[in-house]
Amino acid sequence: MTTPAVHLKSISKGRVRWLEPLIHSGLGFCTLISIITTATIVFVLAKESFGFFQEIAPSEFFFGTSWVPMFKPSSFGVLPLLWGTLIVTFGAALISIPIGLASAIYLSEYASAGKRAVIKPLLELLAGIPTVVYGYFALTFITPALKVVFPDLQVFNALSGAVVVGVMVLPMIATLSDNALKAVPDSLRQGAYALGATSYEVTSQVVVPAGLSGVMASFILAISRAIGETMAVTLAAGATPNLSFTFLESIQTMTAYIVQVSMGDTPAGGVAYQTMFAVAGLLFVITLTLNIISQWILERYREVYQ
Amino acid sequence: MPLSIELSKPKQRESLNKRHFKAKIFARFCACVTWMGTALLLILLYQIFSDGLSWLDWDFLNNFPSRFPERAGIKSALAGTIWLISLVAVFAIPVGVATAIYIEEFSKKNLLSRIIELNISNLAGVPSIVYGIIGLTIFVRGLSLERSLISGALTMSLLILPVIIIASIEAIKTVPISIRSAAFALGATRWQTVWSHVLPASFPGILTGVILALSRAIGETAPLLMIGALTYVAFVPEGPMDSFTALPIQIFNWVSRPQEEFHQLAAAAIIVLLTVLLAMNSVAIFVRHKMEKKLQ
Amino acid sequence: MNHSKSRMMSDEKAMRTSNTNRVFKTGTLLTLALTLMTTTAFAAERLRGTVSVDGSSTVFPISEAVAEEFSAVQPRVRVTVGVSGTGGGFKKFLAGEIDINDASRPIKESELEIAQSSDQKFLELPVAFDGLSVVVNPGNTWVDHFSVAELRKIWQPGSSVKNWSDIRADWPEEPIRLYGPGTDSGTFDYFTETINGASGASRPDYTANEDDNALVRGISGDEYALGYFGFAYYAANKDKLKIVPIDGGNGPVAPSEMTINNGEYAPLSRPVFIYVRESALLRPEVRAFVDFYIDNAGLLASEVGYIALPDMAYERAKSRIAQSDTGTAYSDNDLLSSRDLLKP
Repeated sequence: MTTPAVHLKSISKGRVRWLEPLIHSGLGFCTLISIITTATIVFVLAKESFGFFQEIAPSEFFFGTSWVPMFKPSSFGVLPLLWGTLIVTFGAALISIPIGLASAIYLSEYASAGKRAVIKPLLELLAGIPTVVYGYFALTFITPALKVVFPDLQVFNALSGAVVVGVMVLPMIATLSDNALKAVPDSLRQGAYALGATSYEVTSQVVVPAGLSGVMASFILAISRAIGETMAVTLAAGATPNLSFTFLESIQTMTAYIVQVSMGDTPAGGVAYQTMFAVAGLLFVITLTLNIISQWILERYREVYQ
Repeated sequence: MPLSIELSKPKQRESLNKRHFKAKIFARFCACVTWMGTALLLILLYQIFSDGLSWLDWDFLNNFPSRFPERAGIKSALAGTIWLISLVAVFAIPVGVATAIYIEEFSKKNLLSRIIELNISNLAGVPSIVYGIIGLTIFVRGLSLERSLISGALTMSLLILPVIIIASIEAIKTVPISIRSAAFALGATRWQTVWSHVLPASFPGILTGVILALSRAIGETAPLLMIGALTYVAFVPEGPMDSFTALPIQIFNWVSRPQEEFHQLAAAAIIVLLTVLLAMNSVAIFVRHKMEKKLQ
Repeated sequence: MNHSKSRMMSDEKAMRTSNTNRVFKTGTLLTLALTLMTTTAFAAERLRGTVSVDGSSTVFPISEAVAEEFSAVQPRVRVTVGVSGTGGGFKKFLAGEIDINDASRPIKESELEIAQSSDQKFLELPVAFDGLSVVVNPGNTWVDHFSVAELRKIWQPGSSVKNWSDIRADWPEEPIRLYGPGTDSGTFDYFTETINGASGASRPDYTANEDDNALVRGISGDEYALGYFGFAYYAANKDKLKIVPIDGGNGPVAPSEMTINNGEYAPLSRPVFIYVRESALLRPEVRAFVDFYIDNAGLLASEVGYIALPDMAYERAKSRIAQSDTGTAYSDNDLLSSRDLLKP
């Protein structure tokens, strides 16, 4: 008899009255941290890059073909670094997208429940292996193996970097695409089978198009991850900015350059130091754009089944 | 009736056979490729174990790094990693879960919350090295925290914060509305609802997300390199302001050396690292499995 | 009754005696403990604290060895050794961020100015000789030696050398791939100053890496490679590299303990140093570490592949420490050689 009324009273008065808004603000403050993080990243990168572009013309940075920031005479064309990142990423995509997609198709369409129960956790585990381990793999297995196929291969080369990054993002594409394909309702498949389609036709003409948004999003996410990859390429691909059409020679990616600058500990201030921020800024803009595109694809092309 | 007539025509049957053949080839191809991909990764594991297992003994766990491979060990690196993860957990978990709660439970679904969510998804995709630069600029130089555990922990916390937030949001979303409605009907405030009903219900999902985020943090090297953890450190850190080294850094250090023995040492350290990751992932998978069972 | 009373009395007495006993016991224990503590304190002199070392990757193997051996003697002192490069190390050193800078070249004029303007005093202590080594891949069968002029031709800024045949016509017409330290390295400064005439003057199109291990790996895997770094990195990887004798005007000489010590391996023999901040030296743990360093540098340097200085040089270093003799013995224009070190 007394309980409900008393209970209500204790809520509207007393401790709860001021505690609730306090907690509300506390939680709001925590949320603010994520916003502050982005703001900080943008601010720091922009500020130093702005200082950098006071000294170096943007046209030289974006269109120059020679990256020699530390020596005299210096040259600040970012294209060799961009090219290094590009060929590693492109090579990685070439390896990981077909294999990843095929694995995803196998997992969602063909594999028995038992096999799926084994492979899927294995893939998720492999997606969690740290990149420095892949760097080790590149040095001890991939480069020697590739040297058998390409005797002209140098110790540090773009091909090893591409292969190892490809292997690294492979589980990611496989699991994410598998999730996307698995989410396609069975009714679509059954309908297609009922019309006399073979499994290949069902997969290629019904399931994959239906799950396309998730599949494409996984590709873009993987590419974005490949672009931002640091350790494996630093160990495998080398530290020579190189703007040539070669897979067998040493190159330098944007990420490897950033690591190099910070390890040599160039002094704070000065154009050489600011190159780190300019390159990082470029990297940030590229990955941000890719991420926004992938989200847009996910939203726009997502098929709603209810 | 028309169907069967058409199917008995030889041309149709031939193309039907061709299509079935194509389908079979395709299925085999996919299976082949999957096993090939798995095989490559299994080669990786084999390489690691064959190189490193022989170096793995109690001395290895208990010694400090040394210029002599026989004497070298990962004591300082392991201690540094444990310290780092503990500090990261202290910083990142409360802030991450709190953010998720705020977004899902407390904020109105307007443009601002949409921007916040977009912002978090974007942060999740920023390369780890950019976080390293921020850590170097803000924590090491700006706040003069030097190259200490706390600089490293704060940087890593920022790195995995988006992951925790996203995972927690997903977990909270799965809690049925009915639970919340019932609590409100009984006169509970929003926070009381969250604290006594939503959080406990979403706890397994949050825990899984947290564990996966922390296992990501354990393996990250690039931000720590930027912070400057690439030094010879032969002591166990005693406080958050101490210098440190960490397992991934030590692995990178040893892998970089040209001598074969150090590569094998690196492999042994990788085994330790993978074991820790495996344990963490197993707990996460186990919890998720339990949770999925409960929902059924 | 009597029994109980007497028992009570005896109990009381027992308690009183046990109390006194207790006081005696605690007192003795306390005195014993204090004596033990003070004697151990004086005897073992267990120091605590941190010593931060950073700088040259060339000197790193020595400092690492010293730090490792030192921690066996003073386990409570924490020594960290970084590899930011001689230049990077000096920046931190002059900003007061580290106690000791490993340097593979003497302090520069510009760095000296910073020290003077911020009134920083430091000690300059030579610790070993290094024979800066020029190495090629073991599969390189054609190089027998380099003259200094040839090295300059290869490495000078604006160099037009692209193939091995550009150096000597009978050498293969294959591209020459260069490896060397980056611009923050003291080895880079010394090599460019000695060979090209000015510190920092070098062609830029080579694989520049502060990590000497990466250079070793690169050269050992590339038949047409050529690179340079400190002798210790060659010594540790003799099976993967081939050393090139250098003709400094008196015929080709390969670096070895003898030729570096007596100055025959010229002009690439040089002393390497540690610089210690005077304010840091006031801390007992830093002082103990530096003393230990000088005492053991000879032994440990040769262990890692460098060459010990003559005993006299170490004696002089010790007296420098004892007298807090700060400042540098080199002006910017001095080209160092091993013999300079022993000049009075």
